[in-house]
Amino acid sequence: MNHSSFNRSAYLYLLPALAIYGIFVLFPIVQTVFYSLTDWNGLTSPTFLGLQNYLELFQDSVFINALLNNLAFIFFYSVLAIALGMLFAVLLTGAPLRGMAFYRAGLFFPQVMASVVIGMVWRWIYHPQYGALNQSLRAVGLGAWARPWLGDFDWALIAVGIVGAWAQYGFCMVLFLAGIQNISSVLYDAARMDGAGIFQQFWYITLPGLRNQLLVALISTLIAAIRIFDLVFVTTRGGPGYATLVAGMYLYRNAFVINRAGYAAAIAVLLTILILVISYFILRLQRTQDEESFA
Amino acid sequence: MGFANPAVNARRILGSVPTYFILIIGLLMAVIPFLLIFVTALKSPEELGNVFALPQQLHWGNFQRAWTQAHFGTYFKSSLIVTLSVVGVSCLLSLLTGYAFGQLRFPFKNSVFLLFLIGLIVPTEAYVIPLYYSLRAVYLTDTYWALILPQIGMSVCFGSFWMRGFFAGIPRDLVDASRVDGCNDWQTFWHVMIPMVLPGLWTMAVLFFIWTWNDFLLALVMITKEDLRTLPLGLAMFQGKYTTDYTLTAAGATIVALPTLLFYVLFQRQFIRGVTAGAIKG
Repeated sequence: MNHSSFNRSAYLYLLPALAIYGIFVLFPIVQTVFYSLTDWNGLTSPTFLGLQNYLELFQDSVFINALLNNLAFIFFYSVLAIALGMLFAVLLTGAPLRGMAFYRAGLFFPQVMASVVIGMVWRWIYHPQYGALNQSLRAVGLGAWARPWLGDFDWALIAVGIVGAWAQYGFCMVLFLAGIQNISSVLYDAARMDGAGIFQQFWYITLPGLRNQLLVALISTLIAAIRIFDLVFVTTRGGPGYATLVAGMYLYRNAFVINRAGYAAAIAVLLTILILVISYFILRLQRTQDEESFA
Repeated sequence: MGFANPAVNARRILGSVPTYFILIIGLLMAVIPFLLIFVTALKSPEELGNVFALPQQLHWGNFQRAWTQAHFGTYFKSSLIVTLSVVGVSCLLSLLTGYAFGQLRFPFKNSVFLLFLIGLIVPTEAYVIPLYYSLRAVYLTDTYWALILPQIGMSVCFGSFWMRGFFAGIPRDLVDASRVDGCNDWQTFWHVMIPMVLPGLWTMAVLFFIWTWNDFLLALVMITKEDLRTLPLGLAMFQGKYTTDYTLTAAGATIVALPTLLFYVLFQRQFIRGVTAGAIKG
């Protein structure tokens, strides 16, 4: 029959998508790798440097500091957001609740908002004078704690990190919700018969049952923490000083503000490799665990 | 059981109190930040002193000022043009590639599919630098094309992957039956397959909508002209200009948030399913 033999007209179906993807995404990726090996300001022709950009990056204290800030965001994204998502998912499925869909919809809402809106909303909460946070602190007599959160060298990173966790937990929550619904209720019934408490049920049934969802959540939140840009741009632009400068922000400055496009391309390549390596290792971890469970 | 044990019942109700308590706190934490900005958008500048107080009078004029004087009307138009183009074209192209990958057999099928998977994993940062300088060289920066085309390029990667699954899931018998009935390729595609993949298509469309509507980096890099700015870019640049006009900024933020809220209320199920499905996208 026609459709079970080789069908060369298939390329016609692929052609428009492949052309747009090839020209506007795939080819520029190859260019990025090439430019990362050059000294290039975006205008004049690039001069070949070899790996010099990369060597410079590893000695660039601003870049190292930016990577450390990304590491801090990993705490907020991959630890705090996953923990919050897990808490809400377990609570939403733990007891037959009235209005479960309503709570889920409300709790998930921040996840769909543009990060620019989220940044603005929280700038307003952190505002030194009019912000809800400082006004609340003053109202309960803790006025001494009030501070310009986003302009404070010690607090800015934590303040933005909390916003990040707030914007990410909803995704983890729905992921875990879907996973928990796949865990057989027989397991919980049996555990209760054996006298297992809520925490034991969580530790021995829910958590192992959510292994795959946890891995997906881990990959996604790690990647989000490495890529973080919008939120930092809108809330602090990397300031005060370099206190919240992240790799993506440093890449942007190099590429489009001070026109060190070659150097910025090297940052882009490093970030992409980092993302690929993390995805690879976590997926491999998933596979070995699958194999073990077969053994 | 005929009658419930009142003691057990009471314990169950009491036992769910902490659950509700934490969930309600979580719900308030999720929603109040947005409410605060909305309430601020309805205030006069003199009323900012107490952030928790409601406005004496509703200053809807702030929205009017944001829409005209602060150009949010123009930004809205840009966002609408870009988003509609990207969602429409990406859905159409993804239907075609999904069909090819899910239903047809052809040489180098897996290699081409892997090519699309690359676009699923790499971040915008990986291609935006050379893309900007290339597009500037051909005078395409500061046009909608600079936002639409790369966004389509990224979207079809996810779309190919996503729609392939739906097309592969169509029962063979159904396709064969339509051919026996005398449908040609195109008729089979359009009348038999498309209705079968519609649920996947809606979820994908919602996902494309959020990605494009919320996109910031591409717009920030490609657009410098004020009247071509999209809503997120307009909002981000706006704060630099009117730093102290808080009620106007709040009105602007509300204008950017409102379409997403509306869409979310209408298509909540697709949003939640889509974001979970989009997890595999970097």
